[in-house]
Amino acid sequence: MRVTINGEARDIAATRIDALLDELEYEGSHFAIALNFDVLPKSRWAETHLKAGDEIEIITPRQGG
Amino acid sequence: MVKFYDREFSSRLLIGTALYPSPKIMQDAIRASGSQIVTVSLRRESAGGKTGDAFWSLIRELDVTVLPNTAGCKTVREAVTTAKLARELFGTPWVKLEVIADNDTLQPDVVGLVEAASILIKDGFEVFPYCTDDLGVAMRLVDAGCKVVMPWAAPIGSAKGIVNRDGLRLLRDRLPDITLVVDAGLGAPSHAAQALELGYDAVLLNTAIAKADDPVAMANAFRLGVEAGRMAYQAGLMEARDFASPSTPVVGTPFWHVVS
Repeated sequence: MRVTINGEARDIAATRIDALLDELEYEGSHFAIALNFDVLPKSRWAETHLKAGDEIEIITPRQGG
Repeated sequence: MVKFYDREFSSRLLIGTALYPSPKIMQDAIRASGSQIVTVSLRRESAGGKTGDAFWSLIRELDVTVLPNTAGCKTVREAVTTAKLARELFGTPWVKLEVIADNDTLQPDVVGLVEAASILIKDGFEVFPYCTDDLGVAMRLVDAGCKVVMPWAAPIGSAKGIVNRDGLRLLRDRLPDITLVVDAGLGAPSHAAQALELGYDAVLLNTAIAKADDPVAMANAFRLGVEAGRMAYQAGLMEARDFASPSTPVVGTPFWHVVS
């Protein structure tokens, strides 16, 4: 299934957000996710299904002024 | 003490976490500044979550309050979503709201800023808007529910200091109950002192400290500049005047009868 992750088109096997994070080998604990411009709380990662064309942003804390 | 929404702090210097030569120098500079509030950003994670985790643990060690920003956002939609991501990530209703109109000057898009601030405040956020020194815009932000307003001194990272002193003074006079922070454009501790002397409640800066030859020493210098400015404001500065006024008594001047 083709989706956009952090602005890049990717073919993924996962159909849910938590499985996607495993597939992308995310190990850290401090990130947040937006699905199609809506924030997806961590409590809903396991239950949220992905569909083709979804836009996923995976965001972490970074230096800022 | 300075109040940001319902929280009080003793330090009037808010500091950024970017552009330091090393993570260690960042931590040492923040400690030297005495700051209790630091700004952070949110960026796309590409290293499996490890980059963000490493940075976040450095911040956690400092025991400071985090003010997430929406730096780089150019539309209301991006800024609002970024603010919501920040709330999810940091568990804070605080957001330093930036909506940028122009890449070269990083001039705020004040129309988008007011709109985004209204949306976020209705959603329970406590917004710290980065704006220009325009009184009309500041008033609209206050109308939207902002209890903190953060006009620039000069463009971000320019180190020019306060370009429109009269404009900033006017904001202070007209918004006496709002916490006012000079954000962006300060280059020297004397600039920070000037902001505090004008009655501003605090300053927010990053580049002038991070890009100094010795960021830790410069952080300390800014801390003292802020303290001096605040103390001077409380002590009551004399008014400027056009002509001299002798400080040494005139009466009893030697040879007075000869020269006069």
